[in-house]
Amino acid sequence: MTHRFRDLLALEPLNADELIFLLDQSKPFQEIQRHPLKKLATLRGKTVALAFFENSTRTRLSFGTAASRLGADTMNLQAEASSLKKGESLLDTVHTLDAMKPDCLVIRHEASGAAEFVARHLDIPVINAGDGTHEHPSQGLLDALTIRDRKGTIENLNVTILGDIQHSRVARSNLQLLGKFGCRFTLCGPAMWVPRELEKIGPANTPIRRVFRVEEALQDADVVLVLRVQAERLHEPSLSTEDYVLLYQLSAERMRRAKPDAIVLHPGPMNRGIEITPEVADGEQSCVLEQVTNGIAVRMALLFLLASGGLEHDPHPASEVHQQRNRRATDVKDSSNAAR
Amino acid sequence: MLLVKSGRLLDPASKTDAVMDVLLDNDKIVEVAAAGKLNGGRDAEIFDAAGLIVTPGFIDLHAHLREPGQENSETIETGTQAAARGGFTAICCMPNTRPVNDCASVTRFILDRAKTAATVRVWPIGAASVGSQGEGIAEIAAMQAAGIVAVSDDGKPIATAKLARSVMEYCRSLDLPVIEHAEDVSLAAGAVMREGVTSTRLGLAGMPAAAESVCVARDVQLAELTGARLHIAHLSARASLEQVRMAKQKNLRVTCEVTPHHFTLIDEDVQYDSRYKMNPPLAASEDRAALLAGLADGTVDAIATDHAPHESALKDVQFDRAPFGITGFETALGLALALVHRGTISLARMVELFTSGPAKVLGMERKISAGGPADLTIFSVDEIWKYDVNTSASKSRNSPFDGQEFKGKVAATVVSGQIVYRSKQH
Repeated sequence: MTHRFRDLLALEPLNADELIFLLDQSKPFQEIQRHPLKKLATLRGKTVALAFFENSTRTRLSFGTAASRLGADTMNLQAEASSLKKGESLLDTVHTLDAMKPDCLVIRHEASGAAEFVARHLDIPVINAGDGTHEHPSQGLLDALTIRDRKGTIENLNVTILGDIQHSRVARSNLQLLGKFGCRFTLCGPAMWVPRELEKIGPANTPIRRVFRVEEALQDADVVLVLRVQAERLHEPSLSTEDYVLLYQLSAERMRRAKPDAIVLHPGPMNRGIEITPEVADGEQSCVLEQVTNGIAVRMALLFLLASGGLEHDPHPASEVHQQRNRRATDVKDSSNAAR
Repeated sequence: MLLVKSGRLLDPASKTDAVMDVLLDNDKIVEVAAAGKLNGGRDAEIFDAAGLIVTPGFIDLHAHLREPGQENSETIETGTQAAARGGFTAICCMPNTRPVNDCASVTRFILDRAKTAATVRVWPIGAASVGSQGEGIAEIAAMQAAGIVAVSDDGKPIATAKLARSVMEYCRSLDLPVIEHAEDVSLAAGAVMREGVTSTRLGLAGMPAAAESVCVARDVQLAELTGARLHIAHLSARASLEQVRMAKQKNLRVTCEVTPHHFTLIDEDVQYDSRYKMNPPLAASEDRAALLAGLADGTVDAIATDHAPHESALKDVQFDRAPFGITGFETALGLALALVHRGTISLARMVELFTSGPAKVLGMERKISAGGPADLTIFSVDEIWKYDVNTSASKSRNSPFDGQEFKGKVAATVVSGQIVYRSKQH
């Protein structure tokens, strides 16, 4: 199968076939995460630039790990250390990075549309690792992968999203992806964080409803996506924590309204005791840690597809692992593997 | 002497629509007569306007020339050249320069620069408050003596209802219009476009229509209280227009302008491209429908460009970071003619919105008659052309209409009896 991705800026423009393709491409990389030798040589000699203009720990670590498990080198730019603090424009900063000749740029930025803006000006592939309150496509993919593993399908599910949906790029990427597979959405949170317009932002004809009672919102849910309460992204007066806990916290008792086999996702980092109780976060229905592992698989697939410049009819890189199974670690030709 | 021959003279103010000759001598119109009647004598320059529309000179009530202070984006020289290409013979420049035009010496600087560098008439608008900071009232009378035609804190609203009331009382005594950039800054805080499905989908912070209409309601009531002449700048929302319509029914001295971009584009056109970022932002399709109705039924008094040039170093950044505003002089007529071609407004109504409409807002008259000002705009209604922003006379390139095809084009712009712009075809 050929693919037409040059960049991955958002899930909104991708169709169902393309999304399934990306999920399928991630599957062999999931297997690698279970293997004792996780490092491939697929992107040896390639460089991935990680430009995180907004603070991030887990997404940066996940992309960095994905790059290193593919054998790529990484260049790291972090907000605190960057010359942005000295007044350099975003465009100048990424042109500078680009002049160091990476093969792919992964960008996280607090401005919605920043990844698209940068991609317009660069020739190398750009992967959006979260732009403002717009999209977080790799998160949407890893959530879908996790759901597919647990539920066996991503089609026609009842998906409940809890929290500050207006300011959530994770919610938008989930709506754009799962909406293309007939999922029905229930959005629930404080009314000013769940504006009416959200009902119309999904793929055509996606049922999206707003509900302001969490018990009602959880009724018959197959998937519950709990969002982090992000105080730093709010322009309006924020709600008191007490009210939030009282009305919207996902507790085991509330979770009983959902289907018995429902699963709970959270993009992390969690505010335990605020949007989710420890009991639910650590319970059997929680997929939080699988999401983290799947994040690496999805990001390996994305980097493989976009940074390799390779051809689709090349053997899948994960096939290397199967060959390696019969070898000893010292036999591996890539010396960086041996020097772990 | 300049003889404009055989053009279709269209002047709503004098209810003229006929093929006529116009003879101009320096700053005055000498004679208007049926086509073929005038020859102007041996030395007269002749402009053949056959097949073209000849109207009183267009007035733009709302422009930013950026001089003094931001000459990398525009100067009085380049801005007025762009205005001439757009058919404007007089433009009102907003006071948000650096320094702000809040005192007579800055007003005089602008007018002195205009005298040597400007291609068209420059009519400065003074700040309402000192530095447009919303505290003390600026030296409005001194600026009026120096030549301002109105006051405004444009770029932001007059900060408080109390100050707006005082400015209106004072300007009423001076017989100056108060031009309001209507915005409730707390509702608009942090917003970069209009709130709606598009802003929600793009994850861009939006302001509701009420961010404008709440302030219009405030000011209309203060205009009633004070009897002041209030003009609402770049009106974009249906609810704001309703306020103006009500004020007019009460015979308050309230007027408003609409920009070509607000009657052409809507929020759904916004992309992650700062050429779609302006304030007020592109509104909803129902707002545009209301603006079109207001343009047709007379509620809207003028088309004004809000020409707001920004150099690319400032504008070509991520959407959130970019300053508000787009250029507008050179595309205004083309966009307005599109309404005429679609049958939304008549050609005569369009001319009114560019000429006698804005003149009335300023308390002036604008018509073609002997003894009147020798400013004319001459254009075709059917010439097809494509806008190429790289050939713009403006110093800036921030137009969302780059590459757009237009039907109808300025053939010549005449200021004080001189052809200050003439298209290659004429």
